[in-house]
Amino acid sequence: MSILDSKIPQGPLAEKWTKHKSAIKVVSPANKRKLEVIVVGTGLGGASAAASLAELGYKVKAFCYQDSPRRAHSIAAQGGINAAKNYQNDNDSVFRLFYDTIKGGDYRAREANVYRLAEVSPNIIDQCVAQGVPFGREYGGLLDNRSFGGVLVSRTFYARGQTGQQLLIGAYQALNRQIAKGSVEMYNRHEMLDVVVVDGKARGIIARDLVSGKIKRFGAHAVVVATGGYGNVFFLSTNAMGSNGSAAWQCYKKGAFMSNPCFVQIHPTCIPVHGDQQSKLTLMSESLRNDGRVWVPKKKEDAVKLQKGEIGPNDIADEDRDFYLERRYPSYGNLVPRDVASRAAKERCDAGFGVNAEGKAVFLDFKYSIERLGKDVITARYGNLFQMYEKITDTDPYKEPMMIYPAIHYSMGGTWVDYNLMTTVPGLYSIGEANFSDHGANRLGASALMQGLADGYFVLPYTIGDYLADEIMTPKTDVNAPEFVEAEKAVTDRIEKLFNVKGSKPVDYFHKKLGHIMWDYVGMSRNAEGLKKAIEEIKVIREEFWKDVRIPGELDNLNPELEKAGRVADFLDIGELMARDALDRNESCGGHFREESATEEGEAKRNDEQFTYVSCWEYKGEGQEPVLHKEDLVFENVKLTQRSYK
Amino acid sequence: MSKFLTASIGRKFIMSVSGLFLMVFIAVHLGINLLLIFDDSGDLFNQGAHFMATNPLIKVMEPVLGLGFIVHILWSFMLEYQNWKARPVKYAKKNMSGASTWASRNMLVLGGLVLVFLIIHILDFFVKMKFTGHHLLEEVVVKGVHMENAYALVSTAFIQSTALGIFYIIGGILLGVHLSHGFWSSFQTLGLNNKYWLKRWQVIGQIYAVVVALGFAIIPLYFMFGLNN
Amino acid sequence: MADKILKQLKIKVWRQKNAKSKGRFETYTIENISTGSSFLEMMDILNNDLIEKGIDPIAFDHDCREGICGTCSLYINGRPHGPDTEVTTCQLHMRKFKDGETIIIEPWRARAFPVIKDLVVDRSAFEKILQAGGFVSVNTGGVPDANAIPVSREDAEESMDAAACIGCGACVAACKNSSAMLFVSAKVSHLAKLPQGKVEADTRAMSMVAKMDELGFGGCTNTRACEAECPKSISIMNIARLNREYLKARLSR
Repeated sequence: MSILDSKIPQGPLAEKWTKHKSAIKVVSPANKRKLEVIVVGTGLGGASAAASLAELGYKVKAFCYQDSPRRAHSIAAQGGINAAKNYQNDNDSVFRLFYDTIKGGDYRAREANVYRLAEVSPNIIDQCVAQGVPFGREYGGLLDNRSFGGVLVSRTFYARGQTGQQLLIGAYQALNRQIAKGSVEMYNRHEMLDVVVVDGKARGIIARDLVSGKIKRFGAHAVVVATGGYGNVFFLSTNAMGSNGSAAWQCYKKGAFMSNPCFVQIHPTCIPVHGDQQSKLTLMSESLRNDGRVWVPKKKEDAVKLQKGEIGPNDIADEDRDFYLERRYPSYGNLVPRDVASRAAKERCDAGFGVNAEGKAVFLDFKYSIERLGKDVITARYGNLFQMYEKITDTDPYKEPMMIYPAIHYSMGGTWVDYNLMTTVPGLYSIGEANFSDHGANRLGASALMQGLADGYFVLPYTIGDYLADEIMTPKTDVNAPEFVEAEKAVTDRIEKLFNVKGSKPVDYFHKKLGHIMWDYVGMSRNAEGLKKAIEEIKVIREEFWKDVRIPGELDNLNPELEKAGRVADFLDIGELMARDALDRNESCGGHFREESATEEGEAKRNDEQFTYVSCWEYKGEGQEPVLHKEDLVFENVKLTQRSYK
Repeated sequence: MSKFLTASIGRKFIMSVSGLFLMVFIAVHLGINLLLIFDDSGDLFNQGAHFMATNPLIKVMEPVLGLGFIVHILWSFMLEYQNWKARPVKYAKKNMSGASTWASRNMLVLGGLVLVFLIIHILDFFVKMKFTGHHLLEEVVVKGVHMENAYALVSTAFIQSTALGIFYIIGGILLGVHLSHGFWSSFQTLGLNNKYWLKRWQVIGQIYAVVVALGFAIIPLYFMFGLNN
Repeated sequence: MADKILKQLKIKVWRQKNAKSKGRFETYTIENISTGSSFLEMMDILNNDLIEKGIDPIAFDHDCREGICGTCSLYINGRPHGPDTEVTTCQLHMRKFKDGETIIIEPWRARAFPVIKDLVVDRSAFEKILQAGGFVSVNTGGVPDANAIPVSREDAEESMDAAACIGCGACVAACKNSSAMLFVSAKVSHLAKLPQGKVEADTRAMSMVAKMDELGFGGCTNTRACEAECPKSISIMNIARLNREYLKARLSR
């Protein structure tokens, strides 16, 4: 257990961060100029960290695989960002936000980290407003708030349905300012392919210039990985096409532990899959559940007719509709947390009540709220979402209910980090969705943006100083050191190996196959038998992949297939680890549902006695079984209860 | 200031200001020309023309007007060249009709055609009145003032040549189409526009363009159909 | 509503190996595409076909596939983001096309957006423009409370209208002059409408316009094509505001 020192400060919860900040070391301005930091990824976490570190005086190199930092997938977040501002005078507080987040995460997150997140959340809003983020406002000119699923107060700040976009643009603007000043060297269209560890410390990365194909070495005194989640292991997800787990996976292979990889969030309101030509799933904002009612037909024959397209949803009378969320969870109704809503939809569809041709969709109906509030109110609230839905599906949601189905959305699991956000490799940090730390087994809506910016603006810039203060005598990293040469060679060898398979099938073929296995066995509902099967089947796909993948094009040119191949090679490994982790955790908690651990009514049953820990997987080499370490979670400030939304 | 004049917005500013100036001139010019059809004796028109030829303020403005034309034309070519350079490889297939008006995309073509018209027009009337003289321009006396009979020159030209009349009608229409974009566009370029004023400028601009086109077209038509008799 | 199958489509697409090489059009045939597929899903299918035939797949930019990241581009049948309004290419669906049709796909064309490969262009000019002044000069920390300065709702909404820009470059592609004025004006407006951004409004407008000119974009002739083709319907009233801000800044010094 000694390997895992979470460095949680002693003392009362509310004082931990303040005490810690005063205890950690600080680097002088003159020394900051000598210290280099690499930041990989430019989403909310990466962009805010890179900008803030550069403002402090560190020399920053930032990397993104996209053509601009602004494209990072944080941009797609719709609903909002939570902050304990208590502007609404509804008795919100740092503790309440902390409590909601811990409870929403089904008691599988660290108290100290979550409290700190809640504590710095108000600063985020101040910062964003100062940057020119156009948050929604009241007529009096003050900031407006929304309420969001799973909580009792209004603490969500928003910028229409594009909050993620606006927050990212804010961070991106701050980053641009530092790029213009020369304090950040920005490398667009560069993908990190390895982290370089020298004498046990992270000292740089190997990246591929995606345009020229050149493999390059970059040195620094510390490396920050802010590369998001690995949801694309499922092939179909709400993640961007390029979102991948490779950077985190390379860190894992270099000694950073992976935590809770089986915790992925399945979002209940996505546009359903149609046919087999689909490449990507589109999220419809969770806010729709505020006014939409979810239902399927009561009678199976109606469902069958819907599936065959013989009748439409409006042909089914109200009394023949099963509003199953309202039926099962009368107190929360359509606003149950994401994991609960998702599983309930799957349950109905598995029972044969699905409403589209594939039988994998449920209705989200606005008829009732249009009758109650009028069409204008609904248009004002959701107009752009309705328009987007119509563009994609060619169905008018004012006239017919939307069809929705759950889809993979967010990874709560990720690289293990201590209270300073440092991984088990000294000098290697992980922030935002890439780490595991704040959301436990389920993330609350509007909390992802909060965490990314908290880490990047207000946590990492302090905690990284504690490490770098001891590095002021370390000279500029020599990228010609043998460790760099070796790492570069390993990267080149792997690329060449992939490229030279010259098999017969495109990368997508394998990715889709992996996705199906993940969805069927490591998806919304899991059992030991299925998970074991998944592990075996992934091995088979991996073997086939390395024998039969075909990568066209050239190595020294823009080559999207080559990029994908590298990512899918890692997804195959990540998928296997997820299955292993899910197999180990024989309890149901948050987004992780084990059929073996359910109540008689089919609700999730947590097992606190055996599983109140963070699983931390250690890489032991190719073909070797990873080793599981456990960080016990200690709850001193909240009482563990079974979540109930009935 | 030099930075301003070479900046893209600065150049457009010059196009806009010179354009607005020319629009004022066109309005005055049209006003005088319409005297052709309001008084078949020609006295009113002759008085107008005489005023334009002799008033000191107008005399001062004449070279300014010339400069206005030259600047507007030169800058348009500079702008167009800069804009043409901005896309070295052209699209193989364009479908721009839904997104913008034909006039807005073809201001240089329209302006060029108006320029051709303008040159012929100047040679036809302005040069004769101002420099070379013409036998039709013999002196007349209106209210005791001696002046050239500009009315005779213009009316005879339209009565004698249908082709010339049609040429002038086309010229008027081209100018109108040019202005249909140019009017609101100059206010937009000056920044004198917002979501309320856009519609207003456009409506005023359309009315202005139609008045100019109709006004200039109606004069040759008036004489071609012998309505002066 | 029900999806149909487009039995056959001809895809005439610009192929260009890299920035230096000369490009040309190639025509490929693709079969059995559902009208419910997105345009880029059609491209994915075409690419997988090409790979199996041993042909280099067509490179194109794309990422979020939800119309927000601004990565996807493509000039389809003569229009940026193709034959639909208020959508990006990734939101364009095949029901907008007819069976048997020839679809012409070109990259954004502008001197400031050189082609990198096939349909992928280099939009780093946009980055440089924003780096020239598209920000508020505040550091992290030390800022006042978020509610310290009230902002009228109308200003916040107008700012948001402009801030909705996704930086895709359709405005440049649509403009007959390859002008970046809509893009620049969106950023200038977004910040000028807020008290926090107003402080630097003058220098921002001047330095961003200077950078825009330097990078070889054309000038604005108010054709309004940018606004019509903008997937986020950014209004040209922002250009009027930019003109105003710029003239004010320039003529006052």
